[in-house]
Amino acid sequence: MADQLPALIPVPLLVLSILAPMVGLWRQKLAFWLAIATIAFSTAMSGWALAHVIAHGPMTYKFGGWEPPIGIEYVVDHVAAFVSLIVMAVALAVVVATRRMAEQEMQGRQGLYYSLVLLLLGGLTGMVVTADLFNLFVFLEISSLAGYALVFLGGRKGMLAAYRYLILGTLGGAFYLLGVAFLYFGTGTLNMADTLAILSASEATTAISAGAVFIFIGLGLKMALVPLHLWLPDAYTFSPSSVNTLIAPIMTKVGAYAMLRMFLSVFPDGYLVDEVPIGQALVVLGAIGVVFGAAAAFRQQDIRRLLAYSSVSQLAFIAIGIGLATPAGFVAALLHIMNHALMKGTLFLAVMAVRMQTGATEVPALTGLGRRLPITTAAFTVGAIAMVGIPPTAGFFSKWYLSIAALEQDLWVILAVVLISSLLSAAYLFRVLERAYLVHSPADMDGTNDELEGEARRSRIPLLSTTWEPKIDVLLPLVLLAASTILLGVFNVAVVRHVLEPGT
Amino acid sequence: MEEVAARFPYFMIAILLGVGVWGMVGKRSLVKKLIGLNVLQSAIILFFINGSIREGGTVPILFHGEHGNAEDFVNPLPHVLMLTAIVVAVAVTAVALAFLTRIYREFGTVDEAEILSEMERQT
Amino acid sequence: MIESSPLPALAVAVPLIGAALVAALGSMPNVRECVSIALALATLGLVVSMLPGTTDGRVAEATLLELSPGINLALRADAAGMLFATLASFLWVLTTVYSIGYMRGLEEQKQSRFYAAFALSVGAALGVALAANLLTFVLFYELLTLFTYPLVIHRESDEAIRAGRKYLLYTLSGGLALLGGTVWLAQMGIDTTFSEGGVLGSLTGRDGTVWALFVLLAGGVIVKAAVMPLHSWLPAAMVAPTPVSALLHAVAVVKAGVFGVVRVLIFVFGVDLLRDTGAWQVLAIGAAATVVLASLLALRHDNLKRRLAYSTVSHLSYIVLGVALLGPLALTGALLHLVGHGVTKITLFFCAGAIHVRTHRENVSELDGIGKQMPVTMGAFALASLSMAGIPPFVLFASKWYLGAGAVDASAIAFLFVYIAGGVLSAGYLFPIVARAFWRSSPSFTWSGWHGEASLKMVAPLLVTGLLALVWGIAPNLPFSFFSLATQVANGTGGGA
Repeated sequence: MADQLPALIPVPLLVLSILAPMVGLWRQKLAFWLAIATIAFSTAMSGWALAHVIAHGPMTYKFGGWEPPIGIEYVVDHVAAFVSLIVMAVALAVVVATRRMAEQEMQGRQGLYYSLVLLLLGGLTGMVVTADLFNLFVFLEISSLAGYALVFLGGRKGMLAAYRYLILGTLGGAFYLLGVAFLYFGTGTLNMADTLAILSASEATTAISAGAVFIFIGLGLKMALVPLHLWLPDAYTFSPSSVNTLIAPIMTKVGAYAMLRMFLSVFPDGYLVDEVPIGQALVVLGAIGVVFGAAAAFRQQDIRRLLAYSSVSQLAFIAIGIGLATPAGFVAALLHIMNHALMKGTLFLAVMAVRMQTGATEVPALTGLGRRLPITTAAFTVGAIAMVGIPPTAGFFSKWYLSIAALEQDLWVILAVVLISSLLSAAYLFRVLERAYLVHSPADMDGTNDELEGEARRSRIPLLSTTWEPKIDVLLPLVLLAASTILLGVFNVAVVRHVLEPGT
Repeated sequence: MEEVAARFPYFMIAILLGVGVWGMVGKRSLVKKLIGLNVLQSAIILFFINGSIREGGTVPILFHGEHGNAEDFVNPLPHVLMLTAIVVAVAVTAVALAFLTRIYREFGTVDEAEILSEMERQT
Repeated sequence: MIESSPLPALAVAVPLIGAALVAALGSMPNVRECVSIALALATLGLVVSMLPGTTDGRVAEATLLELSPGINLALRADAAGMLFATLASFLWVLTTVYSIGYMRGLEEQKQSRFYAAFALSVGAALGVALAANLLTFVLFYELLTLFTYPLVIHRESDEAIRAGRKYLLYTLSGGLALLGGTVWLAQMGIDTTFSEGGVLGSLTGRDGTVWALFVLLAGGVIVKAAVMPLHSWLPAAMVAPTPVSALLHAVAVVKAGVFGVVRVLIFVFGVDLLRDTGAWQVLAIGAAATVVLASLLALRHDNLKRRLAYSTVSHLSYIVLGVALLGPLALTGALLHLVGHGVTKITLFFCAGAIHVRTHRENVSELDGIGKQMPVTMGAFALASLSMAGIPPFVLFASKWYLGAGAVDASAIAFLFVYIAGGVLSAGYLFPIVARAFWRSSPSFTWSGWHGEASLKMVAPLLVTGLLALVWGIAPNLPFSFFSLATQVANGTGGGA
């Protein structure tokens, strides 16, 4: 069965996404179990694929038995198996944890909701395993369509956010397709390995370079690279809590992965730096984005919006790693794809738990959280510390590898950006932590500070009750995600040595 | 002049692309944004099809026992791809129209600025 | 000779893991406090058990796991590390006893968080002490910042939060500069396992690189060592409860900073390289200026803790200056001063806390005649003041003797006068307090109505440390062989003098 693995990751998700709404019509609750079983299956397959790749090297799957470059080919190498496992594992944790939130928010349309979730994940994993440029476009659109619809479920404000997301997202897809057209007419193939071979053997042409530019604009929109990030803050803020918890950690990462794929398996080594300055552009935009996102996050009142801008900053961080276009840079980018998925998963899940238990979303309303929801707040704190990059959390090692990769090319500015971004992250995250842990002494609640009291009342945090911790089905995934941000930091060398270095 | 004539399709496609992007970014009406999107997608589809044309080429169907010369046929692959791309475009349009219907019911308008001010007023 | 041993790892792990236990026992204060003391004693026991090996030249090392390809998380009980680790774990025991008295006396809130963060901070400080390479050092250095933050903002007042922000801004920035230098060294492929002659020999002749590294690495550690103009977080952080100020801001955090200066200057750059480039001069002049300026500022402050804070800033720069002089004599003096100042300054803070618990007074001008009410406390305060001023035979006289001899040895007589001026100024800002306490009675304060010392839990530790400031001046090897350790470090550094 191992040779079928590449197909076994995305296909069940896509097939079951059609079945889920029908099951949902019959029994609402069953839709969840169906979805979770499918996601668990795909996660297991991803894990198996990763183990298989580490032991035996990359594997390919030819759809319908057609030999590439005629047929569509799926390739699972180190990087693909790694990203797919992260996406699925985080999705598994999040979908389990958001079950009751989704019941509340979807109001009896869980069948459709889980159908969209499966479609989204099927599209994302499809993007990860495919080795065909046009197939990548199809999966990109599948996952994006599911994403638009999920964001749209967020009520009045979510509607406009989703519509804008759709317009910009489709624009991104269109640019990608246009770029693929240039590439196809230049090479006559859509298979990635074939493209790489042909491009390596031939001179660079203007058409190919133009195609590369269009592809990167398109993928830049999908991964929300500054200045193409405009859709992201609204989409994260106004979508339902169960949705933003799911899409924030994983969706943009796959866009980043697709970009990395272009460097690794489509364009020859050095092409995107020497022939067309895309690598340099990614580094510059990334450096700007890291600082801009963090500065914007600092000004936000809504915690989801704060985390959204933080994502803009962190994705720019990944873009720098990709743009450096060296093995060290790719390792840093991939490590941060993993670390950021885990950290953002932790943070958004904690925020979802808080919203579920108290209704609070604004930073001032988080007053006293540390006492009401100690475990949730502790998990949030771990995620936040990892974002700041205090060793030995995962976030520290992202900084570490990226700094080394930047210094290899004497890019001192990038080192400075990495270090400053850490300080900026501390600034906006400790602002939240201060609120959550500190300002809850009785003096703040007895009317001496009207503003605070009003906020606390609006947020419905009960001042006298002892604990408002969510149930175990939320807490366990949350704690596991938080713990993984520490463990994968401590044991980062295992990941780097066995997965990332062979893969890049 | 001959240069221009030879590249005429490309100029048209470039103009269509420009119109599409302008519609998506520059128009306030959400419907016009969608129309811009469709124009853009059509331009890309035309680009693919235009690239597959071969002067004097014919439909790429092989008849029994005949082995045609590759130069005699237009490239079939872009056509197949564009069938898929059209399906994707239709799906996106359908989803967008569904969104629009809901938005119109909710806000009574499809003008972006008016919706924003409406949202401001409500909160 | 290096021996593989789990002891260094255990010494760091016990407080870090024990902190979870302390936090979990929040509902049972008595058990929690017993556990805290047991943890402190266990840690001290672990550290002391490594002492004989270190003084005999058998250095225990624990390599735990790989942090980055080729760089291990490794802890090593070398002489310099053991000096700091022993001091920190010993004073932790006393401070824990003292804290129990203090926190109960004031009925402070959130005591579980306090004790847990305390244990974590000491664990991180021990990690800083025993770190065997620069990355491990950075790891614990950053953790120390993180773990002490809850202690700084313990009061949760606006002032405490502002102080916390300032603290984070300064110390995180310092940590990042340090990280920048560490990354650079890792990228160049230089093994940064601390070694007595330095590890940057391969950079000889590349002055620009050495200078840039010096700015990053030394700049990173002198933030916690509070060398001016990077000092202002320290007085602000005095808003924390007194035991915190005592252990963390007179011992663990700031001493981690000066200890970092030792590690970076002596064990990373190495004496020879710094002599060649002349980078030490900048640091020496900055430190000398800090010694004088901070002492002058201390004179102006009426708030007792604030005065002590500036005194700390001043004395830390004694040590930094001593290290920067790069000679064996000055280095011996610096390490002795690290120990002596720790025990002396903690006495002063303990006294300030005891006064606060009994009288709620914090200003020097309100302490007239208090010596008659709290004779033991103020007696210990007087002992510590004499030590601070460098009067023989107190411990800080011994250290200053070596520091001054080191200045002469380095043909930098100006710095000798800095040390003398520092001593005079120390006397200037501390003796008046003693004088007021014992020989002056103010009409505005009548002490009738109450009488007496703070609880035994507070008085005993401060008496012990006060006496130690005297004992270690006469017999610095009792019982932890600090003097042997200091000379062992100084003689091994290869600064041919």
